[in-house]
Amino acid sequence: MSSQAARSGAATAVTIRAPKRPAGTLYRGREGMWSWVLHRITGTAIFFFLLVHILDTSLVRLNADAYTNVIATYKTPIMGLGELALVAAIGLHALNGLRIIAIDFFSWGTKYQRVLFWVVIVLWVLLMLGFAPRHLMHVFGGE
Amino acid sequence: MTLRQAQDGGAIEAPRSRPVADRTRRVNWEKWGWLYMRFSGVLLVVLIFGHLLVNLFLGSGVSAIDFAFVAGKLANPFWIVWDTLLLWLALIHGANGMRTLTNDYARGRLRIVILVALAGATIVLLALGTLVLTTFDPCIGDPTTDALIEVCS
Repeated sequence: MSSQAARSGAATAVTIRAPKRPAGTLYRGREGMWSWVLHRITGTAIFFFLLVHILDTSLVRLNADAYTNVIATYKTPIMGLGELALVAAIGLHALNGLRIIAIDFFSWGTKYQRVLFWVVIVLWVLLMLGFAPRHLMHVFGGE
Repeated sequence: MTLRQAQDGGAIEAPRSRPVADRTRRVNWEKWGWLYMRFSGVLLVVLIFGHLLVNLFLGSGVSAIDFAFVAGKLANPFWIVWDTLLLWLALIHGANGMRTLTNDYARGRLRIVILVALAGATIVLLALGTLVLTTFDPCIGDPTTDALIEVCS
């Protein structure tokens, strides 16, 4: 509208450019949106692991050696790193899930949802600092 | 005039009123699903962190897991109850979450196919997992630990 208005000779016409990206809101691009994205990604990853995990564990009913052989692949370096990622995903999904419950059921949860996101991140980092060294020793440090 | 207004005789509804079709249905399944995600979520935090603590953190962690380890755990009814709760709560929680994503991102026939596959996989795995937990036999292989030898002799 602005260029047309300028050509038509309106003395007070001011050019207002449309922003290249939509302007941010309370939600978009903020903690609320990213916690939602992370919750969906971690949830999907955990779900597909759960499908495989129920199947591999079911081998305990069929054959003891088959179970022990399959579970041996869980102790290899690549799967060991995979387990680290799995625990990271579960930890984040669990802590953020508790944040969602606080938001849905308590007014303080909604009021402090942004602070709670960073509380989740801090607790998650502490959890991983406690788990990762010990797990990596179990995987890479021999028996 | 929108369809909904026509159904209500032209009155404008209060904001965020549930659609007419929803209000005439007896059970609000979406509400119960929503509540299930939250209540099962709290229980799963306890059940899964306990599962990870015992299987991946304490003792020798993942390097200690084999048939004898599982047989030792399942000799205690406490862990059979724990694992059965874990199976049902986690799989239904996960499947319901994937249903939500499917409804958000898939359309038409693809959506129906995914939902049917999801329901099928969930029912089969719940049945399989429950069967394994309730009929577990610690003497299925050659006993390798003293505890197993004692139980199976």
